[in-house]
Amino acid sequence: MFDWVQHLADWFVYDVLKLGQGEHLSEALNFFIYDTIKILILLFVVIFFMGIVNSYFPIDKVKNYLSRNKLYGSEYLMASLFGTVTPFCSCSSVPLFIGFVSGGIPLGVTFAFLITSPLVNEVAVGLFIGLFGVKMTLIYVFSGVLLGTISGMVLQKLKLESYLTPWVKDILANAQKEQDAFIADKSSLRARLPIIWAEVLKILKGIVPYVIVGIAIGGLMHGYIPKGFFEKYMAKDNLFAVPIATILAVPMYSNASGILPVIQVLVSKGIPIGTAIAFMMGVVGLSLPEAMLLKKVMTLKLIGIFFGVVTLCIIISGYIFNIIL
Amino acid sequence: MSKVIKILGTGCPKCQSLTGVVKEVVNENNIDATIEKVEDIMDIMKYNVMSTPALVIDDVVTIKGRIPSKDEVLALLN
Repeated sequence: MFDWVQHLADWFVYDVLKLGQGEHLSEALNFFIYDTIKILILLFVVIFFMGIVNSYFPIDKVKNYLSRNKLYGSEYLMASLFGTVTPFCSCSSVPLFIGFVSGGIPLGVTFAFLITSPLVNEVAVGLFIGLFGVKMTLIYVFSGVLLGTISGMVLQKLKLESYLTPWVKDILANAQKEQDAFIADKSSLRARLPIIWAEVLKILKGIVPYVIVGIAIGGLMHGYIPKGFFEKYMAKDNLFAVPIATILAVPMYSNASGILPVIQVLVSKGIPIGTAIAFMMGVVGLSLPEAMLLKKVMTLKLIGIFFGVVTLCIIISGYIFNIIL
Repeated sequence: MSKVIKILGTGCPKCQSLTGVVKEVVNENNIDATIEKVEDIMDIMKYNVMSTPALVIDDVVTIKGRIPSKDEVLALLN
């Protein structure tokens, strides 16, 4: 599918710039051109597609569905699945949290949504397809959904309602399932497209610089670091690699989307894939700015438990990937 | 009659750019309106919005979770 991009990169590097094949510089440049074009195309397609899906599944619809239907235990999975198709801005996490809780949605289900939504987002998925291929992307998305579901269930079992801030407890006490009715937007796809289009361009504009810098760094490393370089340090049997990678990743903000191309190179140079996935989930799924915002609705202890449970689940999935892949 | 425009948002960059867009539209078209930023989460929740920023015109939520274009804001104000 992307052969033509490779031909383009080859033509530019070897014919136009007349660089020799097999040299560090030409390999790095070739990698950079190929990856940049391929990834930008994939990002565009995925973000656009997700924009259309989201236009038909706005957050209010999700909330209504979760708060009105009896789901007999499947609500954690449903919340987690909905999380994959709704875009997430950490600045919306507080209103979203309150909206869910005031609609009578259990805390654990709200957490399931709150975990998967940033973890499986359009940018991460687009980058993932471009860098690791469809199979790895499916594994990532599937495990992200599972991780949100399980973490949500665990958090519900811990009965954490008493660790909410007082005003949120009041809201919880007055929660009602039958609130305002959701009025579905009936406009046609054609009428929605300009808005979706504008959003796609906005998202792309925000991430493209990071992605390009990431691919550039990846390109350099690709050309200069010998194959298998990291195997010595981060071999599969090093039990500390996964926890260290995860804990390092949590403070990083998800706008480190630029970091994914670098990780891909690290994997090709010998870092085990489970360790890499754990690192990426830590970067994309949990961020300190989000934790700071959540302070308005949760006590520090609850934020700590929330992040702790998710971090633990990420570490466990990192080990599982290292064993099965 | 003067319109009351409220911008709901907890102070994230997106909310600031929405404020910018609205201010520009109001100034460029000499619209008689007051612009108010609502940053307190309790007040934001009164409007039942779950994604910020949101644009409220005369107490009606018109846009949520995204930054509209200038033309769109102008159309909403007229």
